[in-house]
Amino acid sequence: MNKTVNPKDLTLDDDNGPLYAARKKVYPQSVSGTFRRIKWGLMAFCLGVYYFLPFVRWNRGLGAPSQAVLIDLPNSRFYFFFIELWPQEVYYFTGLLIVAAVALFLMNSLGGRIWCGYLCPQTVWTDLFYAVERLIEGDRRERMKKDKSSDPMKLERISEIVLKHSIWLLIAWWTGGAWVLYFNDAPTLVKELVTFQAPMIAYIWIGILTATTYVLAGFMREQVCTYMCPWPRIQAALTDEWALNVTYRYDRGEKRTSVKKAAELRALGEQVGDCVDCYQCVAVCPTGIDIRNGPQMECIQCGLCIDACDNVMTKIGRPKRLIGYDNDINIQRRQEGKAPIYRIVRPRTIVYSAIIAAIGGFMIYTLATRSLLDVNVLHDRNPVAVKLSDGSIRNAYTVRLLNKSGYDRVIAIDANGPANATIHVIGVDSVTPDRPMIVIPRDSTSELRLLVTAPAENNTEKSVPVRFHVTDIGLGEVASATDNFVSP
Amino acid sequence: MTDHHSDIDSVTGKSTTGHEWDGIKELNTPLPRWWVISFYLTIVWAVAYWIVYPAWPLISSNTTGLFGYSSRADVAVELANLEKIRGDKMAALGKASLADIEKDPALLALARAKGKTVFGDNCAPCHGSGGAGAKGYPNLNDDDWLWGGTLDQIMQTIQFGARSGHAKAHEGQMLAFGKDGVLKADEIVTVANYVRSLAGLPTRKGFDAAKGEKIFAENCVACHGDGGQGNPSMGAPNLTDKIWLYGSDEAALIETISQGRAGVMPAWEGRLDPATIKAMAVYVHSLGGGK
Ligand code: SF4
Ligand code: SF4
Repeated sequence: MNKTVNPKDLTLDDDNGPLYAARKKVYPQSVSGTFRRIKWGLMAFCLGVYYFLPFVRWNRGLGAPSQAVLIDLPNSRFYFFFIELWPQEVYYFTGLLIVAAVALFLMNSLGGRIWCGYLCPQTVWTDLFYAVERLIEGDRRERMKKDKSSDPMKLERISEIVLKHSIWLLIAWWTGGAWVLYFNDAPTLVKELVTFQAPMIAYIWIGILTATTYVLAGFMREQVCTYMCPWPRIQAALTDEWALNVTYRYDRGEKRTSVKKAAELRALGEQVGDCVDCYQCVAVCPTGIDIRNGPQMECIQCGLCIDACDNVMTKIGRPKRLIGYDNDINIQRRQEGKAPIYRIVRPRTIVYSAIIAAIGGFMIYTLATRSLLDVNVLHDRNPVAVKLSDGSIRNAYTVRLLNKSGYDRVIAIDANGPANATIHVIGVDSVTPDRPMIVIPRDSTSELRLLVTAPAENNTEKSVPVRFHVTDIGLGEVASATDNFVSP
Repeated sequence: MTDHHSDIDSVTGKSTTGHEWDGIKELNTPLPRWWVISFYLTIVWAVAYWIVYPAWPLISSNTTGLFGYSSRADVAVELANLEKIRGDKMAALGKASLADIEKDPALLALARAKGKTVFGDNCAPCHGSGGAGAKGYPNLNDDDWLWGGTLDQIMQTIQFGARSGHAKAHEGQMLAFGKDGVLKADEIVTVANYVRSLAGLPTRKGFDAAKGEKIFAENCVACHGDGGQGNPSMGAPNLTDKIWLYGSDEAALIETISQGRAGVMPAWEGRLDPATIKAMAVYVHSLGGGK
C-alpha cells in the first residue's frame, strides 16, 4: 500500500529540467503568395514613411520651420503639414490616441490581430531582419544546419555572421537616426550628426533606438509578441465569433494522409482530408506554431501559413484556402452543408465606427474652426481687489495673448463688466481711451498686466463677471475670456 | 568536517555543503557565475570610484579624486553660464532709464519677472507676496504713496529706505502728541474727529469742529498741510482720501495721535545690485498704483 515515492516522479517535466521552458529557436522559411506580397508592400510603405518623412519640406513662410512633420520641443510646437499645434492643444493627441485605440478594436473585430501580422513595428522590423538573415545565411534548412554544426567556425561562416550583424546594426542605426530627425530640421541635423556637432541628446537617442531595434528585431523577435506584449491577451477579450482569424479548416483537413493514399481512399468514397501533413505551414510561421491545432495566442495572423498551404494545394490539385481567414461559425456551417456567412456590420463594428467617426469628426471640426488668436486671463489673487484713494475699486489681471498665426497682429482690448469701468494696460499709453492697443508678433505670446478700475458706488455687488474681448483690428478676428471683478 | 565534494545527495544527485541540521543537509547550489562576476565588478567599480571621484573625508578637507572633479565647481560653472546668458539682458536693464523700461515690452517683462522674484524674497515678509500690505505696511497696489509714487520716487524709497539709518533715507515721523504731553486727552479725541471729518467720515455727536480745526492748525498742518492733503517729502499721509495705513476709526486715530507712528523701510542699496533695484522699482510701479 504505502509505496515509496521516488522524488524523481514528482517533478513536473518529463526531462526533470527547470520549470521554465527554454526558447525554441524559430527558423521561418521563405514563402511567396498573396499575403506575403501584401506584407512586403506594407513593409515598404511603413518603412518608407518612417525613414523619409522628416525630409519632406513644407513652406510655412520666412522664419518658420520648413519641415512637414516636426516636433519642436524647445519651442513647444508641433507641425504636421498645414497644422501647427501649440502646447495647450495637446488634447488633439489625446483624441488621436483614443481614435487609434478604437481603430485597433475595430480592426480586431473585423480581422483579428491583423495589426500584429502586418503593421506592428515589431512585426515589420522583425520581418526585415529575417529577410536580411535569409539573404545572407540561406533559408530555413541551411540556417538550421549551420546553427547545429559543431564544426570549428570557418572563416566563411564567421564572415557571414559578421555581415549579418553589420547589416542589422546598420538598419537599427538608421531607425534610431530617423527618429531624432523628427525633432529637428532633418537636413541640418544630418549634417551636424556627420560632423559630430549634433547635441549629445541626439546621439543618446540614436544609441537607445539602435540598441532596442537590434535586440528586439534581431534576437527577441516572436518572444516580444508572446511574452512582452499585452495586446494578445487584451485582444482575446475583445474578439468575437464573427472576427476573421487565420483558421485551419479541419472540416476539409482531416484525416491527413499522403496524396496518393487520399486519392485511393476518396475513390472508395471514404472521408479524407486535404492536408498532406507536409508541415509547410509550420515551417513558414514566424512564431513557430502549428495553426492546425486551432487558434493560438502566439498566432499574429500574418497569413504566411495561408500562402504556404495554398502553394501546396495548387501543387496537389486541391482547392486553395485549406488555411484561410475565416471564423469558427463557418466551419460549423460548412459541415452542416450550409453556405458560409460573413458579417462585417455588427453592433460591435457599428459602435466602434461610430466612436471613431464622432471623435474624428469633432477633432476635424475643432481643428478647422479653431482660432489663431486666443486670450487667457488670470485674476490677481493677492490682493484680489484694491481700494484706491478716491474710493474706487481696482482689480488686476494677467492677460496672456496668443497669436498662433504667421503674421503680426495689432490687438485692441475691451473689458465689459462693472459699470463705468476703465481699463489700463501697464506699459501702454492708450491712444483710444479705455481701449488699449498692442502689437503681438506672429507665432508668439504676450503677457500683459491689465487693470480694471470702477467706481465703488456703481459696483456694490461682491463679484460681477467681466468679459475681455481682444480684437485683431486688421482682420476683425475676435477672441474673448471671462473672469470676475471683485469688490473688497 | 565532511569533504562536501564527495558528499552527494542521493535524491537530487547534487553535492552538499556538508552542513547538516536535524538530518537535513544543505545542497551546494552556488550562485550563478554571471551574478558572482557582476558582484566583483561592482566592487572594482566602487574602488575605482573612490579613486576617480572625491570620496574620503580627510581631517580638514577630502580626497580630490583623479580629475579634481567636484559638484560644487559644477554649480559654480553653471551659475557663471547663467550669469553670461542673463548678463546681456540685465546689463540692458541696468542701462535703460526707468521710463524706457516701461515702454519696451521685452524689458518690462524682464523687469517684472526679475522684480517679482526679488520682491518675493525681500519685500514679501512685510508687504505680502502680492504687495497687498497690512496694517502699518503700505499696500503697494493702490495709488496712495507716503513718499511719492512716481518711478523715481519708488526707486528712491527702495534704494535708501525710510528711517533706515541710511544717510539718504526718508526721515520724518508722526509725533506722539499724547505720550509727550503736547495734547490733552479730550483734545486728542476732538482732533481725531476733525481728521475724520476731513476724510468725509462720520464724526462723534456734538464734537466741536471749530476746536478741532484750531488744534489741527496748531499741531498738524506743518506736516499734513492746510487741508490735510499730506506731503510726500515728509512722508505725511493724505488725510482726506479713503486709504488709511493704521486704520481710520476713532480709536485707531486716537492711538496714532497719542502714540505717534514711525514705520521703518530698510535701505536696499548695497544689498541688491542697481539693476535689480531698478527691476524692483519697475515691478512695484507696475503693480498698478504708480503715478
Ligand atoms: S500560424 Fe500562420 S498566421 Fe499565425 S503566425 Fe503562424 S504563419 Fe502567421
Ligand atoms: S501546409 Fe497545408 S497541407 Fe501542409 S501541413 Fe499545413 S495544412 Fe497541411
